[in-house]
Amino acid sequence: METTEKIRNQYTAKDFKSDQYVRWCPGCGDFAVLSSLQKVMADLGIDPHQTAVISGIGCSSRLPYYISSYGFHTIHGRGAAVATGVKVANPELTVWQITGDGDCLAIGGNHFIHSVRRNVDINVLLFNNQIYGLTKGQYSPTTKKGYVTKSSPFGTVERPFRPAELTMGARGTFFGRLLDVDLKTAQMTILAGAKHKGTSIIECLVNCVIFNDGAHGWLAEREFRADRTIALEHGKRMIFGKEGNKGLVLAGMNLKVVTIGENGITENDILVHDASCEDTTLHMKLALMEGPEMPIALGVIRDVAEESYDAAVETQIAEVQVKSKIKTFDELIESLEQWEM
Amino acid sequence: MDNITKTELDNVVVRFSGDSGDGMQLTGTLFSNLSAILGNEISTFPDFPSEIRAPQGTLGGVSGFQVHLGSSKIYTPGDDPDVLVVMNPAALKVNAKFIKKGGVIIFDADTFDKSGYDKAGFTTENPFEELAISDTIQLIPAPLSTLTQSSLEGFGFDNKTVLRSKNMFALGLICWLFNRPIDQAIHFLQNKFGKKPTILQANIKVLTDGFNFGNNLHLTVSTYFVEKSHETPKGKYASISGNKATAWGLIAAAQKAGLQLFLGSYPITPATDIMHELTARKDMGVKVVQAEDEIAGITSAIGAAFAGSLAATNTSGPGLALKSEAIGLAVMAELPLVVIDVMRGGPSTGLPTKTEQTDLLQALYGRNGESPAVVMAAGTPDNCFHYAFMASKIALEHMTPVILLTDAFIGNGTSLWKLPKLAELPDIKPHYVKPDMENYKVTSRDEKTKVRYWSVPGMEGFGHRNGGLEKDYYSGAISTDPENHQKMVDTREEKINNISQYIPELKIEGSTDADLLVIGWGGTQGHLMSAVNSMNKKGKKLALAHFNYINPLPKNTIEIIQAYKKVIVCELNSGQFATFLRSKVPAVEFLQYNKVQGQPFTVSELEEHFTSLLK
Repeated sequence: METTEKIRNQYTAKDFKSDQYVRWCPGCGDFAVLSSLQKVMADLGIDPHQTAVISGIGCSSRLPYYISSYGFHTIHGRGAAVATGVKVANPELTVWQITGDGDCLAIGGNHFIHSVRRNVDINVLLFNNQIYGLTKGQYSPTTKKGYVTKSSPFGTVERPFRPAELTMGARGTFFGRLLDVDLKTAQMTILAGAKHKGTSIIECLVNCVIFNDGAHGWLAEREFRADRTIALEHGKRMIFGKEGNKGLVLAGMNLKVVTIGENGITENDILVHDASCEDTTLHMKLALMEGPEMPIALGVIRDVAEESYDAAVETQIAEVQVKSKIKTFDELIESLEQWEM
Repeated sequence: MDNITKTELDNVVVRFSGDSGDGMQLTGTLFSNLSAILGNEISTFPDFPSEIRAPQGTLGGVSGFQVHLGSSKIYTPGDDPDVLVVMNPAALKVNAKFIKKGGVIIFDADTFDKSGYDKAGFTTENPFEELAISDTIQLIPAPLSTLTQSSLEGFGFDNKTVLRSKNMFALGLICWLFNRPIDQAIHFLQNKFGKKPTILQANIKVLTDGFNFGNNLHLTVSTYFVEKSHETPKGKYASISGNKATAWGLIAAAQKAGLQLFLGSYPITPATDIMHELTARKDMGVKVVQAEDEIAGITSAIGAAFAGSLAATNTSGPGLALKSEAIGLAVMAELPLVVIDVMRGGPSTGLPTKTEQTDLLQALYGRNGESPAVVMAAGTPDNCFHYAFMASKIALEHMTPVILLTDAFIGNGTSLWKLPKLAELPDIKPHYVKPDMENYKVTSRDEKTKVRYWSVPGMEGFGHRNGGLEKDYYSGAISTDPENHQKMVDTREEKINNISQYIPELKIEGSTDADLLVIGWGGTQGHLMSAVNSMNKKGKKLALAHFNYINPLPKNTIEIIQAYKKVIVCELNSGQFATFLRSKVPAVEFLQYNKVQGQPFTVSELEEHFTSLLK
């Protein structure tokens, strides 16, 4: 049980581990995200019993069983709607939604865009391995075009979704991205998502060793990772690379990689990341960068302050309650046009 | 005046009919409310077209509102009208076949012209003859449009605004026809238009002129009087629609249980008014999420139930189909949830504004797996309150989804409602985990009732993982063990069956040694009761067993049904409850009376059929 004798709000990752055996395949990228999440939960210091972890269906959606909090493993695609109900019913709770690329973007696409649009204060970990794992290897809405899977033996002919585009298209206020093997950036990103008031979409690039091994291999390789990814931080210059000498600048309407010290480029020429900017143009450019010319953006790409849906619901109720004379059922009955018989 | 007689009636049916924009619903509502204040029993039913504003004066745009007044107990809005008020020839054409012989038709003579006849598809200049009713009907021609125009001369309104008050002229005329003083109507108007003095004055003027117009008529026509009802128990009353009563039943239950009320909902005819009622009650802290679809409506409610609210979702047939998988989740997660299905004509989009009872088997069986849920049905507009309250009570005390079936007929119809006080309603005690409980698991349950203990986020020491996967009976962990699954299936079934110990026994109306037992359920209650009572008054021996609890059935069901020689199940579908009863009481031969026309039964058709069975 999660009752603890400790001083409140002092937790370690272990306090968020349940007694359940974790049943993912050995080598699955989900393990790393799970432990990053448990670490962040401890750092946040929110009581396990004030924490609700909601999921849909899929490999990643098993995650709530492994967190020692209140958890709910619901039905395919509906996690966002269930989480909305949980958060609106009790805004005091910290609500996490665990979902995958199929659960979130195929069967749950409608709930995804609408929870993002409403800006419900939930933290969404979107595990994107570009494949259906639990049903054993069919292509998903994020599988690269042409990729051969069990349901696309001649390669998919479908154009994939890019979660960042959907999020920003649905007027999302927070978008972050992490890579399973990059724990430092992962924890930083999850923590920022948890602190954001509104729907935080955190795309977790995870590897499926069985059905889509190496989907993110290009950027995951340790020796090249620093050159192929950029960990964005609000207010900091967009500098990356093994030598720390590469940076992003604007060239016309597009981003371009430059090397500091070459062609007269100095550190001051490099763009400063503003995650809080309401305009999505640059956030979208950053989120959609692709190799090999450009690094893949990790970290907090967008983090814009706006009132959350659940807070707005509370505010409106409070406003109406101040004005109305009706507080109880009996008073409600009295308000009816009525007569004696 | 000499030719005008005054007929005293036990009950009378008035139908107001016109274009959707003619304000017939307001006229009908005011008339029924003022009759109730004067001591009559009332029941009303609106009949909308599915188009919002069809072209004026056409058959497709005709909307109606029927009012039944009685000096004794009445249960339905009545079969055929004694008095028909029509605002145009199209309304006449749509309703002519229903008017009773010897009845009265009041019509707006201004609209009965060539253009009006053309739009309604009449081919001659005399629609009454064309419909072959001119010999059997008393006609009161009233040029409502021009009379309203002259009534409001000098008010400075444009013509469109002036004509909007036509319905008040009709109301005045109807008050005259029924020997009703108009003071009460004026009082209603003061409440409604108090903040707009000019509009109020105009409406009062037109109403008064309408009344005086009747008074000065020199026609051979009968006026009516319906005496006060002495059968109505003393007390405070209001008129309420089934949808409003349903919403308020949930509100009462939430307060009684000490819980916040949450509704997850997606607009669907004819259930949306429940959402309208609840979202207006922010003053009582009701939270309503207008979801992106039916599935999000119910799953957000399931989330709210998980988080500790009294959670509900409302819908109609197509929406219930979309919610099936999620109801299964609530069955599996053993969470309290109220699902309200205001049934309409199906399948598919079907007849969205019309009534039917065709979702019963969907409610009972429309889910994957062995998935028992409680199924209940309200019977009248006013008792929607009681059954919404009881549905909430059962959900919270037995940790189960409860499907409450109402329908377009009782949802939109109104009846007299004896106003309840919260203190008079039964207690609701959610089945919470006990604070001192040790080693709590998500599957911890009362071994006698099989009801799971509810712990909600925020309760320290009772965290757990719930979900749609099968759980181990003891540890609550995921399990695919064969014997365990059997045990869990049996446990969920037993939990629902056990609820029969907590619901009232079936009561029989009419004689216990009847020659015919009439069985009904849900929204046909008024018609069945009226038919059975009426036949018993005529010396026949009938009994009525009307069901509001369907799964589980009341525990004396078998005993009661088996006591009768002849049993007939009457329902607005092709025999769904009969099918269900056959599975529960196989020894009995169930006759059936079915109608699937998007319309309620009529009392007369029921009486006719029952009579034929007694020969």
